[in-house]
Amino acid sequence: MDIKRRDFLKVVAGSGLLLAAGESPAGAIARPPRTMPDEAVGLMYDSTICVGCKVCQKACKVSNNMPPEHTQRPPEMIDALWDNPADLSEYTLNIIKAYKNGNAEVKNREDNGFAFIQRHCMHCVDPACVSACPVSALQKNPKTGVVTYSKNACIGCRYCQMACPFGIPKFEWDKAFPQIRKCQFCDHKFAEGGYPACAQSCPTGATIFGPARDLLAEAKKRLTLKADSYYDYPVQRIDSGNRVKQKVASYVTRVYGEKEVGGTQFIMLAGVPFGRLGLPDLGDRPDAALSEGIQHTLYKGMIAPAAVLAGLMYAAYRSTKNDK
Amino acid sequence: MSEPRPLGGKIVTVPFLFFSALAVLAVILIIKRFFLGLGAVTNLSDGYPWGIWIAYDVVVGTAIACGGYAMALLVYIFNKGEFHPLVRPALLASAFGYTLAGVSIFFDVGRYWQAYNLFLPWYSQLNSVMFEVAFCITLYIFVLWIEFSPSVMERLKATGMKKTMDRIMFVFIAIGVLLPTMHQSSLGTLMVITGKKLSPLWQTPLIPLLALISAITMGYAIVIFESIMSAVSFRREIETPILSKLSAFIPPLIGAYLVVRFGDLVVRGSLGEAFSGGLKGIMFLIENLLYVVPLVILVSKDNRKSPQKLFIAAFSMLLAGAVYRFDLFLVGFNPGEGWHYFPSFSETLITVGLISLEIAGYLYFVKKFPVLPGAEHA
Repeated sequence: MDIKRRDFLKVVAGSGLLLAAGESPAGAIARPPRTMPDEAVGLMYDSTICVGCKVCQKACKVSNNMPPEHTQRPPEMIDALWDNPADLSEYTLNIIKAYKNGNAEVKNREDNGFAFIQRHCMHCVDPACVSACPVSALQKNPKTGVVTYSKNACIGCRYCQMACPFGIPKFEWDKAFPQIRKCQFCDHKFAEGGYPACAQSCPTGATIFGPARDLLAEAKKRLTLKADSYYDYPVQRIDSGNRVKQKVASYVTRVYGEKEVGGTQFIMLAGVPFGRLGLPDLGDRPDAALSEGIQHTLYKGMIAPAAVLAGLMYAAYRSTKNDK
Repeated sequence: MSEPRPLGGKIVTVPFLFFSALAVLAVILIIKRFFLGLGAVTNLSDGYPWGIWIAYDVVVGTAIACGGYAMALLVYIFNKGEFHPLVRPALLASAFGYTLAGVSIFFDVGRYWQAYNLFLPWYSQLNSVMFEVAFCITLYIFVLWIEFSPSVMERLKATGMKKTMDRIMFVFIAIGVLLPTMHQSSLGTLMVITGKKLSPLWQTPLIPLLALISAITMGYAIVIFESIMSAVSFRREIETPILSKLSAFIPPLIGAYLVVRFGDLVVRGSLGEAFSGGLKGIMFLIENLLYVVPLVILVSKDNRKSPQKLFIAAFSMLLAGAVYRFDLFLVGFNPGEGWHYFPSFSETLITVGLISLEIAGYLYFVKKFPVLPGAEHA
């Protein structure tokens, strides 16, 4: 058999058409991004008023029964981040990290300054981990929006780790019967009317708890404050009535988490660009929307595969009959 | 070319012992993994939670095992009966390849004892690409052994059973074409959700199309590769005429693949990344050069008649698809600063051991069961 030039060109032209179809703006294939539940809860971290005391880190360990941890690393590797442990792990679900530049003289300054940053699960509005998980071990609470994990469902495939743009889910690599560990917003405390231990323990109001919408409004309000003026910062909960007067630092005009990957329920403010604090620069679109869009476009609720199967059966029947 | 028949001959040969020994070593290391955790044998980390067991054993392994799929597509769907003698060996290799991928997944997942949760409707998560892949691959492993079962029935002289099987086989053939079409594309789609962690040289909504085309191409390549390999090692005549015809299907597939691959990069404005130096750019160029080699060789009719050139083209095609998959899952993947991955010795040995088990099993089956077409002079 010979490949005819015309056939070859046909195939190539056909793939060009496919290409054109595939390149229609990714938005056309993607499903619409999910929206935040009305009663979504949230956390807000304001780096400018964090003093790096790490009380939240300890409170998190106590609340989640996590052991203390000591990271073994050469000193030059933890120079920029004086903290120990150096990062989130299967034992440390919440961490305060330090940013240091040059002589580190002035707080909240990018050059020759320092700052703190808190890291834990962002509780995305449209979480990639929830979309990725094949067995519904990761779920987004339809009311509070909290992203929880169930070890009874989890098969340990670690696709959530591949999917998470913030590197949050951690796996117990050294255990024979491992599980995934991540911040679950102290979900166990909600039943007794509690709220996350990190917010509850924070003495300066750097981390506060509240309805996600109110927190976003508060964050935007802070961005309008004049540097060096004074502001009554709420402590623990946005509605606690407990406020501490503090000097306002110069903010980077961005609420991290307002739009990132479709929004997150943990939002941040800082005086140093977020990239310097180790946060990834992400687009506004949730990757889950595109991934699910592709799958569901291809499968159309299994109707397309069923139709194809019927055709295949006919073809296979015809050719096996010819065999005999 | 006559009916398939067992090759016969000694089972315990030097190559058989060698591959079996490697497989035993792998099993010992796998036992260690079950007692001490994945960290004890692998270099996996929270940044690189997937390593060669996923990139090679599952993603490359099942693509190499697409011979059965590619041949079924040709022989039963496009009704090209003349390729029938190539179907059985291809099915056997596919059944082995997929089964071992399934075994790899089982020791790769952390909570293997509840892996069956995938099939419990209250846990199944239909938006998950992983769910689709895992479900399809599991089903397909069963379908492949059913498709191969007539060889076993012939050997056991279960004539009545084989007759019934032949009558309903078209159902399994159809399912056996549908399932790989679904999961070979979805294996690529797995990486879409990693978003910006995957380099723009590989991150595109067209991953499923690229993964599917290259899997089919690798399917034809492995059929050619295996046929020549077994002809040489069992001192049989190389089936050049039929392989030459088969290889003619490869250039249009590669052509289509490359048009989509480069068209996509141009449209997204990411082609420049390929020439920015660095490992990613170099690997991208190597990957695509490996696609060009079989394209250039197999476009010529004369080249297609030469067993040597067929072999080189098929081998290059297999490497191309393998490198694409390694790039997609490992080289192009960057979870952020501070993370590195290179497989550990134990991790690599487990993969090598599994491949060895596959080869040893293949050697056993072709000698004991009617798989390879009986050559006239045999």
